[in-house]
Amino acid sequence: MAEDPTVEASQSGKAPVIAPGYTFATVTDKISAIVLSRRTTLGWVMGFGVGMLLTMLLLVAVSYLFLKGVGIWGINMPIAWGFAIVNFVWWIGIGHAGTLISAILLLLNQPWRNSINRFAEAMTLFAVMCAGMFPILHLGRPWLAYWLFPYPNTMQVWPQFRSPLVWDVFAVSTYFTVSLLFWFVGLIPDLGTLRDRSQSRFARAAYGFLAMGWRGSARHWKNYESAYLLLAGLATPLVVSVHTVVSFDFAISILPGWHTTIFPPYFVAGAIYSGFAMVLVIAIPIRKYYGLGDMITMRHLENSAKVMLTTGLVVAYGYLIEGFMAWYRSDEFDFFMLKNRMLGPYAPLYWLLIFCNIVAPQVLWSRRVRQSVGSLFAVSITVLIGMWLERFIIVITSLHRDFLTSSWGMYYPTKWDWFTYVGTIGFFVMAMYLFIRFLPMISIFEMRTLLPQAEVGAEAK
Amino acid sequence: MKRPPIFGLMAEFDSPSDLLQAARKAYAEGYRRLDAYSPFPIEQVSEAIGHHRSRVPLVVLIGGLLGGIGGYLMQYWISVLNYPLNVGGRPLNSWPSFIVVTFEMTILGGALFAVFGMLALNRLPMPYHPVFNVERFAFASKDRFFLCIYAADPRFDRAQTERFLQSLNPKQVSEVPH
Repeated sequence: MAEDPTVEASQSGKAPVIAPGYTFATVTDKISAIVLSRRTTLGWVMGFGVGMLLTMLLLVAVSYLFLKGVGIWGINMPIAWGFAIVNFVWWIGIGHAGTLISAILLLLNQPWRNSINRFAEAMTLFAVMCAGMFPILHLGRPWLAYWLFPYPNTMQVWPQFRSPLVWDVFAVSTYFTVSLLFWFVGLIPDLGTLRDRSQSRFARAAYGFLAMGWRGSARHWKNYESAYLLLAGLATPLVVSVHTVVSFDFAISILPGWHTTIFPPYFVAGAIYSGFAMVLVIAIPIRKYYGLGDMITMRHLENSAKVMLTTGLVVAYGYLIEGFMAWYRSDEFDFFMLKNRMLGPYAPLYWLLIFCNIVAPQVLWSRRVRQSVGSLFAVSITVLIGMWLERFIIVITSLHRDFLTSSWGMYYPTKWDWFTYVGTIGFFVMAMYLFIRFLPMISIFEMRTLLPQAEVGAEAK
Repeated sequence: MKRPPIFGLMAEFDSPSDLLQAARKAYAEGYRRLDAYSPFPIEQVSEAIGHHRSRVPLVVLIGGLLGGIGGYLMQYWISVLNYPLNVGGRPLNSWPSFIVVTFEMTILGGALFAVFGMLALNRLPMPYHPVFNVERFAFASKDRFFLCIYAADPRFDRAQTERFLQSLNPKQVSEVPH
């Protein structure tokens, strides 16, 4: 770190990345105490319990699905892609902010990321887990999901590599693997810290096992930094590719409303948009209930809000171009699709989406709103709803009235659709609660590098 | 070679600058088998003890190339040789369609090699290491900085090395048993 972020911040009048007065020891103690010595509060138990109950609901919904088949959902012909695909795209989009924070901001040398990257990466992992469930459940025979992978089999058949759906299998599984590796590599030095700090024998053994004997050797750090930076370099194009490939699932088809070249960039922007909204939704309660306002400062919240505002405008541009192209292409079916979205049976959802994604977030232009934790939280929830509606509109309105009037239909989600969706939210909540309880939610060693003391003084040169 | 009676001597420091200075002096004194320990990465320290280049980038390059070439060849073998299917009259080797999977496999290969290569180069996992025998070493993962000179170093001499380490102004010098 070339400059001292606390000094730099006080000069520019912005909130600092980390409040002044911390030392290596106090940073370490503050973050590790949450895991090691803080008592499990009633609030944690209740939050975890709610997540757990909803996860049970997911299990019920999935078990019934296995018994009965996808007919229990609202999908039909022509709307074969219902909630499953809507939720898949929504969840995987949320994951993108974690990788953006951990990889892209690292490459861009933005040290403020150090206090939010760890839990954002955890958010990515859990969101990708939730996302990955949906296409598999949607397969109809989910127990044959391994057929998606190319493996030598007695049937002598192989996946079709010209299909975007196969690309998706590779993109999402690579994304999950790389996110997991990146997250775990980042955790190793902190696991070493927890091993050395923990009092109980069991915790010592568990963290020690995971830390793999990390001892902070200078030679190790050198290889470690090199690997970490390269992983960031690999994850950066990967995260852009994942939502691009997801958008190919739509754009490669010939359906009006899907067959358009704006999809890849606009999907990636939308992913980061909803992801940062989720980062704020998680960060705001965490910093309040765990007293981490010194480390997750207003600077972080404001920066996230700015990223949301920017990506939100890219998404708005995407909607605009979609509409413009539908008119400019002079294709009857394209134009009908647009009209049907704006005035057809799903029109209220379309206008709600425009409100949530384009109109409401404009309040972020105001510095007062960006400085107010409550309004940021409200805007983030609005954006999450808006981005979910966007995927609903893209999937459903394009499918439900295509070229032939005789094949038109309507889609209504059933209670099983809702149970599965709400169930994955519960799973996400439960996983986040477990993560906060058992692993350091802020990267301790990267926080140490933010301190002014970490700088090797000029006298040593 | 006979095993020395102890693993080495370890000096404890307060700040990253002290550690860096000590590491440079120890290297200048002729010690080559030594290591420095810090709670966060300090670039100059690894240079000071003579560890200039990491081999991780080369490992990642190999992993990425293996993943990418392997990914394309897999698709070629499946789509052209083993299971040729005519889809809309496209050529069997329809390479533009193979780019996505090739790309993903490149990333996957590079990332797997980066992580497991880094661990292998660092000889991790290593459940036991003598430095952990020093009680104060638990602070190496918190706020203290350590320099350890191994007894295996040809210039190591129990008394003289200890005098040298004391001259670096450490908080404490301790013996590292095996």
